[in-house]
Amino acid sequence: MQSYSYILWIPLLPLATFVVLGLFGRKYLKTSSGLIGTLSLLTSCLLSFKAAKQYFFVDGKVDGIYQKIEAFKHVWLQFSPGVSIDMGITIDPIAVMMLVVITSVSLMVHVFSLGYMKGEDRFATYYAFLSLFTFSMLGLVLSVNIFQIYMFWELVGVSSFLLIGYYFYKPSAVAASKKAFIVTRFADLGFLIGILVLGFYGGSLDISTLIQKFTTVQSPEYISITTASFLGMSMLTWGLTLVFVGGAGKSAMFPLHVWLPDAMEGPTPVSALIHAATMVVAGVYLVARLFPVFSMDAHALDIVTYTGVFSALLAAVIACTQTDIKRVLAYSTMSQIGYMMFSLGVSRYGGEAGLGYMASMFHLFTHAFFKSLLFLGAGSVIHLVHSNEMKDMGGLRKLMPITHIAFLIACLAIAGVPPFAGFFSKEEILTAALHENTLVYGVALFTAALTSFYMFRLYFSIFWNKEADVHGEHHGEGTWTMKLPLIILAICSVGAGFIGFPEFVTSDGAGIETHMDIASMAVPVSLSIVAIIIAAIMYKNANEKPAKVATAFGGFYRAAYKKFYVDEVYLFITKKIIFPLIGQPIAWADKHMVDGFMLMLGNLTAKISAAIKGMQSGKVQYYALYFFGGIIALSLLLIYIWK
Amino acid sequence: MMLNNMLSLLRQELVLSVLIFLLLFIKLGKDRSQASLSVIVNIALLINLLAGLWNMGEGELFSGMFHTNATIVFEKSILNLAVLLISMQSYSWLKSHDQVIEFYLLLFTSLLGMQFMISSGNMLMFYLGLEMSTIPLAAAANFDLTNRRSSEAAMKLIISSAFASGILLMGISFIYGTTGTLLFDALPSKLTGNPLQMFAFILFISGFAFKISAVPFHLWTADVYEGAPVAVTSFLSVVSKGAVIFVFVSVLYKVFQPLSHAWYLIISVLSVATILVGNLFALRQDNLKRFLAFSSIAQVGFILIGILSGDHQGAVSVIYFILIYVFSNLAAFGVISLVSALTGKEQITDYKHFYKTNPLLAWVLTIALFSLAGVPPTAGFFGKFFLLTAGASKGNYLLIAVAALNMVISFFYYLKVVKAMFMDENETPIEKLEIPAVSKLALYICVAGIILVGLASVVYEHINSLSI
Repeated sequence: MQSYSYILWIPLLPLATFVVLGLFGRKYLKTSSGLIGTLSLLTSCLLSFKAAKQYFFVDGKVDGIYQKIEAFKHVWLQFSPGVSIDMGITIDPIAVMMLVVITSVSLMVHVFSLGYMKGEDRFATYYAFLSLFTFSMLGLVLSVNIFQIYMFWELVGVSSFLLIGYYFYKPSAVAASKKAFIVTRFADLGFLIGILVLGFYGGSLDISTLIQKFTTVQSPEYISITTASFLGMSMLTWGLTLVFVGGAGKSAMFPLHVWLPDAMEGPTPVSALIHAATMVVAGVYLVARLFPVFSMDAHALDIVTYTGVFSALLAAVIACTQTDIKRVLAYSTMSQIGYMMFSLGVSRYGGEAGLGYMASMFHLFTHAFFKSLLFLGAGSVIHLVHSNEMKDMGGLRKLMPITHIAFLIACLAIAGVPPFAGFFSKEEILTAALHENTLVYGVALFTAALTSFYMFRLYFSIFWNKEADVHGEHHGEGTWTMKLPLIILAICSVGAGFIGFPEFVTSDGAGIETHMDIASMAVPVSLSIVAIIIAAIMYKNANEKPAKVATAFGGFYRAAYKKFYVDEVYLFITKKIIFPLIGQPIAWADKHMVDGFMLMLGNLTAKISAAIKGMQSGKVQYYALYFFGGIIALSLLLIYIWK
Repeated sequence: MMLNNMLSLLRQELVLSVLIFLLLFIKLGKDRSQASLSVIVNIALLINLLAGLWNMGEGELFSGMFHTNATIVFEKSILNLAVLLISMQSYSWLKSHDQVIEFYLLLFTSLLGMQFMISSGNMLMFYLGLEMSTIPLAAAANFDLTNRRSSEAAMKLIISSAFASGILLMGISFIYGTTGTLLFDALPSKLTGNPLQMFAFILFISGFAFKISAVPFHLWTADVYEGAPVAVTSFLSVVSKGAVIFVFVSVLYKVFQPLSHAWYLIISVLSVATILVGNLFALRQDNLKRFLAFSSIAQVGFILIGILSGDHQGAVSVIYFILIYVFSNLAAFGVISLVSALTGKEQITDYKHFYKTNPLLAWVLTIALFSLAGVPPTAGFFGKFFLLTAGASKGNYLLIAVAALNMVISFFYYLKVVKAMFMDENETPIEKLEIPAVSKLALYICVAGIILVGLASVVYEHINSLSI
């Protein structure tokens, strides 16, 4: 077997870039920092591809099963005998897949930002932060130790805080970055306690050891963690649920999703990196990393399933009502991550039963490409019209042909239209759900239709709808550095689905056969197409130009036109009933109740703090009184306990 | 042989005593220039610190009154390091002050008292050390001679600590009355847990709680910290607190081991109250010194959680945390002390847009606050993590959950200061400050400590290898 030690360079290169740009960027490398960052990431990306090629095609497979390899491990801190914190590199199918995803999306974002962020005052700082983020994310996916994951996890949080708050002179950006940081920290709390619980019962922090101990039913660790219980749940369920809470925070699952829409205040390419392909899927990755343990506990899996499916539906409904294009994309991300989560939740470990696991990872992979494409496309559009609002757009297809085609491809991919990438992965998820849980399947199907609808509402509102009203000088689609990533990602969004994913990434490492049967495909695909058509009817024409729309859409439009009354009813139902009566209340509840709850926590703390401030009066005699009070209270406590 | 033994075991105390006498002689002689004096003192402190790093075995002196071992020497070295850093940081402030020698005399006497206290093997020795470390500090708190608040702080400190000492002494008397001995080694076998002993123990532990400012014995802290000069405040919050916690751990773990069921309960209650109250008060402070006073109260609550574990791991995590706390808190106080000495500004609102004019100081303060808040990868995170892990070993998850929740709350107010420095607009930010090289060096050492103590595992492993 060849050595994998070069993988160490994949995260180290961005780290080095961060150090160099952070120290010298602002003074000496003001203009070249973008190029330095991009080149260093290009090297990382090439190394990742080399690793993927070597692992998947040369020597990763032993006896038909992909092995977990520890390429590098350094005992960093011997905590107590058996428990140590290690820094190391794990290579297994999902780690290698994530390497490819992270480095290639990050590379695209680096290239895109060359044009998008050009002329920014803190250009070098921006690239330094991007490198730091990429480093943390790479370190996270390669971790061997659950504590190592936690450290990089926090580092991801810190660097995304820096990136979201990049426009620190905008109060909304500052508020958003703070909110993102605090909400995810809140969730990380759960993660930390979860680690303590698992580590305490498992007697180790090493992931492989933990998995091995907790999946052996006879092991003393498994017996002790399943027999100990707290508030009616076993400690295994508690530990896993708490770890999942951490994952749900980063992955914006209900009710910890409130930070995601606000986080759109960051620069758009940053959203493409953080909120499409990397940080938000960290939670999914975490569950997948510990999946063998999760699969031992049905309760924890149920929690994952229902959180996932509910978030998917909720986010899709809200996405239909948003007018800020980045917010639509934010909610759509949340919805798609919900898919990945419940797909893991309905999966079991090993063989055919592990279909959901494979599907989830597959969707993570394809979603990374088309969603970052959507964000970058939105970035191009925003760059041109200087607004995030749909009403300021329309008719842009002539002005930005490449963006238009790329965006269309991404929309088709997310809508699950064959043969685009999203179709394959979503199909696998739906099949997995159908086998396991019909309720989840039904909701997922409905959400898929909604997804097509709101994505095409977005697409038509941006590129069709009315004549473009961009006046005067404009820079079209920007420099080639902004166009090239769109083209590459569009190619990936078409091609990524054809990779024989089930061969490579499965729950137990052995390839599985999947069957695509026409009958089960027909329902979601036709639902998606119907939803697209409805979106087209509602948003494609700006009503005063029926002729143009009619010629563009041909016979189909005329048929729809004849059923005008049905159309009106639909409009009435959606615009007058669904939006105000269902969509808006949900959006409202989301904004006021879930957000409000977080706010309330803050206010409550401030109130209690005000209430007890009388204690601190400044008079020494009162201090003595409290001192005595303390002694008496302690005495009473001991008397009460031991009468 | 005897003399050699004494010299090696007492080496840190001897260096300090020689230094104190030297300063007295200089004081009696004609005035030296202040600048050269600071250099001499700092070099002497460095020698003292190095004396501690030189490992020279263990043993006891004066028929068990004084004992020392590798752990105790390490603890003393942490205190020496902290005093050295404080001395370097207060360079600007002392330059403008006439009574430099007195200031050093007071601090060093107090430090000497602490070293005897840590090494004590007898209740009386412990009490003497404690008093020797407290009384000079009350005088030092008054060192801003023209400032009324400084006098107020000194008065409050001396009155409340006299009160606490009285309570502590009463506890010791009762313990002596019921057991007939004051020797640490002899006490455990004689503690039976009868009601009078329990009461004595409560009095004793209350005295300790006062010194480490655990709630509800903490009320003096904020007033004293705010009024005293920054150098004294940082001494109080880092050195004095650290020394008492070291003793607290060894007394609880060794002497009061038979009553561990009682102190487990008491410390659990104190720790929750301390964390909660410290955090809630820190939220609403506008004065940075007061803010750090309350935040350091909350930090003590976390230390108490680590103490709960009652075994080797608990003691190790506490010592490790205090080392980190020295670096983090002194980095924060170092910046505040510079700004306060050069401009007199101490409010959080004064620090708005501080980053634009003083990027170095702003970054140092940010790193320090992140470490205090426990954000990885700073050392503060590792410190807190080990404390919580040690506390969790008794399986009291509710307590750990409360503590972890408070880590998030504390995060909120630390971030408030960072936000003021980096993001808030200000028409008249603090002007660009000229930082003396020696103070700058102290800040660099602190930052290096904050980063390296966490990442370099050898530090933790070294502490772990010591027998507690």
